[in-house]
Amino acid sequence: MAPVLDIQNLRKQFADFIAVNTLNFQVEDGSFFSILGPSGCGKTTLLRMIAGFLEPSEGKLLIRGEDMTRVPPNRRPVNLVFQNLALFPMMNVHENIAFGLKRQGVAAGEITRRVGALLERVHLSGYDKKDISQLSGGQKQRVAIARSLVLEPSLLLLDEPLGALDLKLREQMKIELKKLQADVGTTFMYITHDQSEALVMSDRVAVMNRGQFEQIDTPRNLYSNPATRFVAGFVGETNILPVKVISKAPLKVQTAFGLELSGTHVGNFQGDLLDLFIRPESIILDPADTMEDINRFSLTVRNILFDGSNTKLLATVGTSDYELTVALPQNQQFAHIDKGDTVQAGVHVDSCRCYAGGER
Amino acid sequence: MKKQFRLGLFIFLTPVLLWLILLIVIPHIELLLMSLHGKDDMGNTVWTFANYRHFFTEEIYWYTFVRTAFYAITVTILTFLVTFPVAFYITKVVSPRFTGFLTILLLMPFWVSELVRVYGWMILLRESGVINHLLTSSGLLAAPVEMLYNDASMLMGLVYTSMLFMVVPLISSLEGLDDSLIEAAHDLGASPFTIFFRIIIPYAAPGITSGSIVVFMLALGNYLTPTLMGGKNSLWFTEQIYNEFIASFNWNQGAAFGFLLLLLSSLIIWGALKLSRQELGRALS
Repeated sequence: MAPVLDIQNLRKQFADFIAVNTLNFQVEDGSFFSILGPSGCGKTTLLRMIAGFLEPSEGKLLIRGEDMTRVPPNRRPVNLVFQNLALFPMMNVHENIAFGLKRQGVAAGEITRRVGALLERVHLSGYDKKDISQLSGGQKQRVAIARSLVLEPSLLLLDEPLGALDLKLREQMKIELKKLQADVGTTFMYITHDQSEALVMSDRVAVMNRGQFEQIDTPRNLYSNPATRFVAGFVGETNILPVKVISKAPLKVQTAFGLELSGTHVGNFQGDLLDLFIRPESIILDPADTMEDINRFSLTVRNILFDGSNTKLLATVGTSDYELTVALPQNQQFAHIDKGDTVQAGVHVDSCRCYAGGER
Repeated sequence: MKKQFRLGLFIFLTPVLLWLILLIVIPHIELLLMSLHGKDDMGNTVWTFANYRHFFTEEIYWYTFVRTAFYAITVTILTFLVTFPVAFYITKVVSPRFTGFLTILLLMPFWVSELVRVYGWMILLRESGVINHLLTSSGLLAAPVEMLYNDASMLMGLVYTSMLFMVVPLISSLEGLDDSLIEAAHDLGASPFTIFFRIIIPYAAPGITSGSIVVFMLALGNYLTPTLMGGKNSLWFTEQIYNEFIASFNWNQGAAFGFLLLLLSSLIIWGALKLSRQELGRALS
C-alpha cells in the first residue's frame, strides 16, 4: 500500500533563500510523525506546502499515491490545525466543526450526528451552542482539532498547536493528543520546536535544520543514537566539550584543560578537532572499581540545581574551570552531596560521542 | 466611595446631557409642538393634525419621501459595493506597511469641504465642462451633452460624498480579520466564493452595519448634493422641508415633515437591522 504522504525531491526557494532543500521522505499510514526543528528551519514552509498554501519550487508531493502538487488546499484530503487555531469567532462550536462538512454537502442530520460524535470523543459533549469566546484555551484546542478531524482527512497537520498553552495544560494536552491519535487512527503530522512534545507523542521524529532533515528515527534512537552533531545538540540536554584527537583507533581525545578521554566517534571526520557530547545522566557518580571501558575523573560540585526528580549538579572537572551538568540518580544515594564536595565520576566510552567540530 | 463615583459620573455626564437637552431635546420639543399647530379658517392658531395629514393626502409629499428613501438605500448599497474592494485591498492585499499611508490617501479628499468637492464634479460634468470639452474636441461627440441634473449624476455625487463614512468602519473591521481564518476556511474545503460570504462578510458585519447606518442617514438628510447635482427636479425630501420653511414660510408644515423624516428613517434602519439580524449596540461599539 502506498504511504499516506510521499515527498519526492521537494524544494522551496524564496528570492535568495532556500527554505526547504530537496527533501525525500514518506509517512506511514496511522502513525504519529513529528518534525522537530528550531524556528526558521523551514518546517512551517514544508507544512504549508503539504497543506497547499505554498507551491513548491521543485519536486512532487503525493498523498495516498495521488499527485497533489498543484491541487488547491480546499481539494486536498489534508487538514491543518493552525498555530493560533483560527477558530471562526462569529460561529459557535457546532457551526465551527460543521463548517467543513457543510462544504462537502453532507445532509443536516448526518452533520449533527458526526459533530456530536466527535465532540464526545474530544470530551466536549454539550458544548455545541457555546461561543468560541466562552471556551478556555484547552477547549479551543480540542474544538480546532475536532473541526479538522470531522472531515476524516488522510493526514492531519498540526502546526505547534500547543504553543499558546501554559505548561500544565500543555503536558496534559500532549497525553490527550497521543491518546486521541491512537483512538482515531488518523495519521498525524506534528510540527514543533519543543523536543519534549515531539519525543513524548511521536512514533517517528524528523529533525530538521536549515531546510533539510538531519535524521528520521524513533524518539528513543534519536535520543540515544543521534546521527549528527546538530541532532546530538538539539535533542535532549547535553554537555559539549571541544576536544583534540590524540589517537584515532581506538579513539582517544584530549580536552582543552588536559583531560584525556576514550570516546566513540559518529560519522566521518577530517582534521583533529572534534566535539565531545556527554548526556548529564550518563555520568556515573562513584563508579565501582570493577567497571570496565570507563573514563574516570574527579568532579568538584559548584552548585546543586534542585528540581525534584530532575535535580542536577553543576560541577567542574578536576582542577579546571569547565562546568559539566550531571543528573542526580532518583534514589537518595547522593543526597549528602553539598557545594564544594569532590566526588569521583565516570563515563562509559560508548556515552562519549564525538562529532566533527561545528562552527565555533 | 459610592458617593465619589456618583459625583464623577455626574461631572463626566454633564456636557453630554447639556448637549443632548439644549441642542436636541428642547428644539425637538419646540418642533413637535409647532408641527401640531395650524391656523383655522379665522386665522387663529389651533391644535391640529392637519400638517401630518397633508403628508399622506398630498401625493407629491409621500412620493418624494419614498423616492428619497429608495435612493438613499441605493446610495448605501452602491457605496458599500464601491468601498468594500478598496477596504479589502488596503487591509488584506497590500503589505501592512502601506495600510496607514493608503488610508490617509483615501481620506485626503475629505479635508476639502463637501461644497467644493461637489462643485468640482460640476466643473467636470456640466455641458461646458471638462469631459464634454474632451469628448467634443476628440470628435467622439458631435455636440456637448448635459451630464448634470439627472438621477444618475446625483446618485454618483451622493456615493462620492458618503464613501469616507463607509470605508473607515470597513477598514477597521477588516483589519481585525486574521488571515489564518481565511486559510482555515480554504483548508476546510471552502471555495473563494464561500469564504467571502461565510467568513469575510460575517466577520465584517458590524463594520458594514455601522457604515451603512451612517451613510444612509447622511444621504437621506443631504441637501447640498441633490440640490446642486440633481437640479430642480431632484425631488429630495430635505428640499421639501427647506421649501416649507423658507419658500412657503409654513414652519408648522416643515416641522411636521422634519418629524416624519426622523420617524420614517428610524423605522427603515430598525427594519434593516432586524432583516440582517444585527444589533445596533454591537455595530457601533
